Amino acid sequence: MAEYKLQTPLSDEDVSKLKAGDIVYLSGTLYTARDAAHKRLVELIEKGEKLPFELQGAVIYYVGPTPPKPGEVIGSAGPTTSYRMDSYAPTLIEHGLKGMIGKGKRNEAVKEACKKYKAVYFGAVGGAGALLAKRIKEAEVIAYPELGPEAVRRLVVEDFPVVVVNDTYGNDLYEEGRKEWAKE
Amino acid sequence: MRTIAYNDIVKAIRDTIIYSTTHLSEDMLKALQEALQKEESPVSRAVLEQLLENAQLAAKETKPLCQDTGLAIFFVKVGEDVKIEGGSLKSAIYEGTQKGYEEGYLRASTCDCFTRQNLKDKVGYNLPPIIYFDIVPGDKLEIEFAAKGGGSENGSRATMLAPAQGIPGIRAFVKEVVSNAGPNVCPPIVVGIGIGGSFDMAAVMSKHALFRDIGSSNPDPELDKLEKEIQEELNKLGIGAMGMGGTQTVLAVHIETYQPGRMCHIASLPVAVNIQCHSSRHAHITL
Repeated sequence: MAEYKLQTPLSDEDVSKLKAGDIVYLSGTLYTARDAAHKRLVELIEKGEKLPFELQGAVIYYVGPTPPKPGEVIGSAGPTTSYRMDSYAPTLIEHGLKGMIGKGKRNEAVKEACKKYKAVYFGAVGGAGALLAKRIKEAEVIAYPELGPEAVRRLVVEDFPVVVVNDTYGNDLYEEGRKEWAKE
Repeated sequence: MRTIAYNDIVKAIRDTIIYSTTHLSEDMLKALQEALQKEESPVSRAVLEQLLENAQLAAKETKPLCQDTGLAIFFVKVGEDVKIEGGSLKSAIYEGTQKGYEEGYLRASTCDCFTRQNLKDKVGYNLPPIIYFDIVPGDKLEIEFAAKGGGSENGSRATMLAPAQGIPGIRAFVKEVVSNAGPNVCPPIVVGIGIGGSFDMAAVMSKHALFRDIGSSNPDPELDKLEKEIQEELNKLGIGAMGMGGTQTVLAVHIETYQPGRMCHIASLPVAVNIQCHSSRHAHITL
């Protein structure tokens, strides 16, 4: 279990050194998107149109924050459950996405895409929304404002804490962690 | 007849929503601290430490513990000798919910289940809530509130077992639900189990079971024993905090049955499992 500090956008080299269970502190830009935004992003790719942000090397954070109070950058901002993005994620990975941050299991198609195109799935601590918001320094809606909490935001983060769940070698922290601690 | 003012109900609900979504309850804090002491896995320990730090920060800044501030769930007991003055009880709950969520900078998470459009403009901010009314003797108004997140709700299940499956069948079903839910439901969790009644009532009871204080005993000694046995069995799954592997997956198991008599139909054995994530936001108001 190693610890890394990484700057986004991520390169093939960055993600290739990561193994399931490693702790990573991400700094730089993240983009937020949930189901509704993913659907639109994939439709744009299928039509060959330009996305609202550069996908190459990007990290997408699955989050729908609470509204900020006056003077706050962002409200609470912890991860949402990732499987809802499983049907869209492989297309984005194929087109350059290097990292996803969420919580919960991914399907085989996502894990395969992580191996084939070199991308990683990070887990953040669900329900730690107030704490994680502290690592977000800037937030700006850049697309689909009509989706409210589900709009696409550009976030600037500093040392945002995540754990590698699925790496580029097919390892899965949820399966391995559980196997290690199960008493059957 | 005792009179309760509409506006007092609105204010009590508004304040309770804001407080309980930003302050983790004492019983949950204690349960997380105990889990941290018992947890053997370093990754799970690190997660539990983050959760306790998050709770401290949220209370200090009155910031939501979790961005999923949930659907607003109410169990309401209306005393037969209570009269509401100035409006209907249902409208007061709606208005209190809207005010609490909007003025507390909480997330509006209700949407049209087909178009998926947020209902904040069409119906109201995080409206409508889910309300269960009950009429009881007395002159009090008792309101239980929960902010129930979608992640743990999605891992919940109900089934109709054959009576012959009995307690072993119930245990197997609960284990299957918790095992399949794994990391998705934000463990460590509280497992609410509704047994008996009807198909729908089992689910309602499994949700209501989550209101019981963690660490409290089931008044039915037989069920109290069963709760502890199921908890021990579930903790052997190795899921751990946020599913990253560990020994502390389930903080408590709470069973509720239909009273009187732990009733169900002679042909049925309804069982429902409602999972509560570690961000358990429950409150109780008496007016």
